[in-house]
Amino acid sequence: MKENQKLPEIVVSSGSMKINKTGSWRNLRPEIDYSKCIRCMICWKFCPDACIKINKEGIKLAPRENLKKEPAPEIDYDYCKGCGICAEECPAKCIAMLKEKK
Amino acid sequence: MKKLLIGNHAVSYGAMLSRAEVIAAYPITPQTQVVEELAELCASGKLKAQFIKVESEHSAMSACIGAAQAGARAFTATSSQGLALMHEVLHWAANARLPIVMANINRAMAPGWNIWADHIDSLAQRDTGWMQFYAETNQEVLDTIIIAYKVCERVLLPAMINLDAFFLSHTAQSVEIPEQDMVDEFLPPYNPEIKLDPDDPRAFGGLLPPKYYMEMRCKLHSAHRNALKIIEEEEKNFFKIFKRKYGLVDEFYTKDAQIIIVTSSTITSTAREFVMRERKKGRKLGLLKVRVFRPFPFEKIRGALKNCEKLVVIDRNISYGNAGIFATEIKSALYGFRNVPVFGFVAGLGGRDVQLEDIEGMVDFARKKNFSKDEIWWGLKK
Ligand code: SF4
Ligand code: SF4
Repeated sequence: MKENQKLPEIVVSSGSMKINKTGSWRNLRPEIDYSKCIRCMICWKFCPDACIKINKEGIKLAPRENLKKEPAPEIDYDYCKGCGICAEECPAKCIAMLKEKK
Repeated sequence: MKKLLIGNHAVSYGAMLSRAEVIAAYPITPQTQVVEELAELCASGKLKAQFIKVESEHSAMSACIGAAQAGARAFTATSSQGLALMHEVLHWAANARLPIVMANINRAMAPGWNIWADHIDSLAQRDTGWMQFYAETNQEVLDTIIIAYKVCERVLLPAMINLDAFFLSHTAQSVEIPEQDMVDEFLPPYNPEIKLDPDDPRAFGGLLPPKYYMEMRCKLHSAHRNALKIIEEEEKNFFKIFKRKYGLVDEFYTKDAQIIIVTSSTITSTAREFVMRERKKGRKLGLLKVRVFRPFPFEKIRGALKNCEKLVVIDRNISYGNAGIFATEIKSALYGFRNVPVFGFVAGLGGRDVQLEDIEGMVDFARKKNFSKDEIWWGLKK
């Protein structure tokens, strides 16, 4: 087959983002202090890279007893670029942007 | 069922019968009723679609792009300045090969503010990679939306259905509304092979270096060329079910015509009436309506113009510094094929009426002259 015919009609990856861990671009690293996190999920909503996951089991560290079983945000460091939007938007101001060690 | 429908509502019914799943639109005169009707159809549950309210036309098209990329049938409608605001993402929709269908109510560009019929808005988007249809009647508007989805989803291109402001958008005509089950038979659900899917993550529209960029653009171009064939195929399928057909072009008494008038959109109906009158007097006049402008139906146009002696092309647009756009393109279709004088008339800009007497005047002009180097501005104040 000719090379041109082998090319797809659409500009699309074959799922290479699974291997291409773009989190390595990060200079600043967001870290959530779960002892202050009120589980509002605003960070999840704002992350432009969709790399804040929802931990449905909950996380034991929480400011109040009833929040321990609530779904909690978890940052996927494989893809987080460290833009800091989550930290800016967090109403509890419990996301710290720390210098990434490389 | 027959119903009296204004063009705007014919658009809404077309989208509803096509079972559009995501509709994102921003209101603009004279398209507003399209959005109103669609919002109502969604609210009443008659149309099971996600109606996304957006803050601009750029966002409307962006929302349609996201929806189509996720495998939904997306629809929007706009006009004039709104279409111009979409420009950047129009390229995106076509380059991403998304089968979005949009109605554009042809309206002039400002300043000075003018909300009336003029084709400059859609013609200025000629090179974005969208297919372009120009409708003559409200029935054609409704039917073309359904046909367009079928074609778009086969060739992976977006399509723009153009209708004249007020002459169609706000004029009620008798329209046969197809039965839903018949439309379903013609247009099955859209189910693309590759789509945005969290369970099968892919990056869409990524970096395309010089090594591959040209190939992808040539594929888009080939899809357009191929669409000519697919449009004809699907019009045949449509005819089998609904007994209505339109064609890439519409030929009216062209076979033995000495002079052929070339039109698009609603001016066609007036020209048709004029041709009939002339024929009764034994005058060999013909009419060619260009319905599909992109892809440009070169072969059909050459076939229709193979015998005539002169051409009168009526353009409701002007490409500043050049001439009327249809006239220019018709000339390019004739290059190396036939050398016939083309009289390009610029007429009806900003909704100025083009009446029987105007068309009579243009044809008279062409009869008396052998050649016209420049375009002729018809009806300009002396
Ligand atoms: S720093 Fe940016 S990319 Fe990383 S989790 Fe926060 S919002 Fe997302
Ligand atoms: S925005 Fe802040 S408080 Fe809200 S869930 Fe995210 S980290 Fe917790």
